[in-house]
Amino acid sequence: MPKITYIEHNGAEHVVEAQTGVSVMEAAVKNMVPGIDADCGGACACATCHVYVDPAWLEKTGKAEPMEESMLDFAYQPKENSRLSCQITVRAELDGLIVRLPEFQG
Amino acid sequence: MSGQAVIIGAGQAGAQGAQSLRAAGYEGRIILLGEEPAAPYQRPPLSKAYLQGTLSADRLALKPEAFYAQNGVDLRLGVKAAAIDRKNARVAIEGGEAIAYDRLLLATGAPPRRLHCPGTELTGVHYLRTIADCEGLRPVLAGARRLVIVGAGYIGLEVAASARKAGREVTVLEAQARVLQRVAGPEISAFFESLHRAHGVDLRLGAALSHFEGRGRIERAALMSGETIDCDAALIGVGAMPAIELAKDAGLAIDNGVTTDEHAATSDPAIYAAGDCASHPSKLYGRRMRLESVPNAIEQAKVAAANMAGGSLVYDAVPWFWSDQYDVKLQTAGVAEGADETVVRGDPAAARFTVWSLKEGRVLAVDAVNDPGGFLAAKKIIAAKTPLDAKTLADPATDLKSLAS
Repeated sequence: MPKITYIEHNGAEHVVEAQTGVSVMEAAVKNMVPGIDADCGGACACATCHVYVDPAWLEKTGKAEPMEESMLDFAYQPKENSRLSCQITVRAELDGLIVRLPEFQG
Repeated sequence: MSGQAVIIGAGQAGAQGAQSLRAAGYEGRIILLGEEPAAPYQRPPLSKAYLQGTLSADRLALKPEAFYAQNGVDLRLGVKAAAIDRKNARVAIEGGEAIAYDRLLLATGAPPRRLHCPGTELTGVHYLRTIADCEGLRPVLAGARRLVIVGAGYIGLEVAASARKAGREVTVLEAQARVLQRVAGPEISAFFESLHRAHGVDLRLGAALSHFEGRGRIERAALMSGETIDCDAALIGVGAMPAIELAKDAGLAIDNGVTTDEHAATSDPAIYAAGDCASHPSKLYGRRMRLESVPNAIEQAKVAAANMAGGSLVYDAVPWFWSDQYDVKLQTAGVAEGADETVVRGDPAAARFTVWSLKEGRVLAVDAVNDPGGFLAAKKIIAAKTPLDAKTLADPATDLKSLAS
């Protein structure tokens, strides 16, 4: 199973083994990674699963779709590498993915 | 602080309450009581992905199994609370022992409103609230000739979309003159009426159900007009009723739901309420409201839990809702009731627009179709009570992002 590293705003690291086919958000929730609220459960409706994708992984995770893009504008402190983690599906080639969490969600 | 917190109801609010109690530093035991056999799960997919079979059961769970043990949450499923004995601070369990509490959270939810016409007992007549309900409805999507849906609210329309996706013939009966009447304005109703008709739904407005007919199984739906519609399944989606019986029997104040103050406390200071069952005073809207939505359940439960652990948070979040039908996302921020002006931004014909409901230069609510950015901007504008006039809003050059920041 692909390994994903979530780094909290305070620097705490959580390495989880994620099932392929689920979202990066779901893998975090399933492994009780704090800092990803995901209030809407992955419907791309709430923007509370915001993460910063490590720049080295941006090519593999791909770009946000326009709808996601328009939500990221209103996330807390969006950056170039911001994504909603419910919109990134875990695949074998994402083994080793590193994402960082913002200080706040929403 | 030690003690024992009991949470009645293991839905979205109950599960959040347990998590937030621990997060707030509550050190006592936490007992979470659920009537259903399943551990807390997400309900929204029950009319969408889970109903369609594209989401597996394990992905419905709100928390991983380990969460409960790790957080010292004693999750008891298939357990029905029979009564609250406030004098002795105990919850009586049906067929079991009484459980003592020093803090109690009512998160009992809002089960579907039942219809009381002839034929609702027939096989093939469904409601939708629980996993079990959804599993009963799944074979309908797999093979019914025609599904009649009573009620064009969120549930009715989401199931209509799921059933059309599965290739079923669908008739939707709505007694009111437009769909989503209770939750959205006429522009949104018109958009969703066209959307469903374009997807082949036989949508009947102003069409009231009289009763169902059949021998053991449903065979047709009879309308008040005298017309009948042959069908082999029906879904009733005519709203929900807050589960207030326990609270009422215990003598707690009730006002269209369990009455709470701004701290989510009921009329008994040891008892709190959150989610679909609770009615709270909204400072933002200057009146009491009861909301049926996931975000309300989450936010209100967070406030209740923090206060049960000794805090004094106030619940005054902007209400919001979402619905997915076909490839259309509807998000609503705020509550439009009392609006005296509406402004449409964007283009309904292009299936991307927002409808702004205003009152005296203030935004009360916004419905956003395929425009989550507009929705999030609206949510911030409503929360900040940013003054906005119709003319500014109607100007396409107005930058919502700068207004929202």
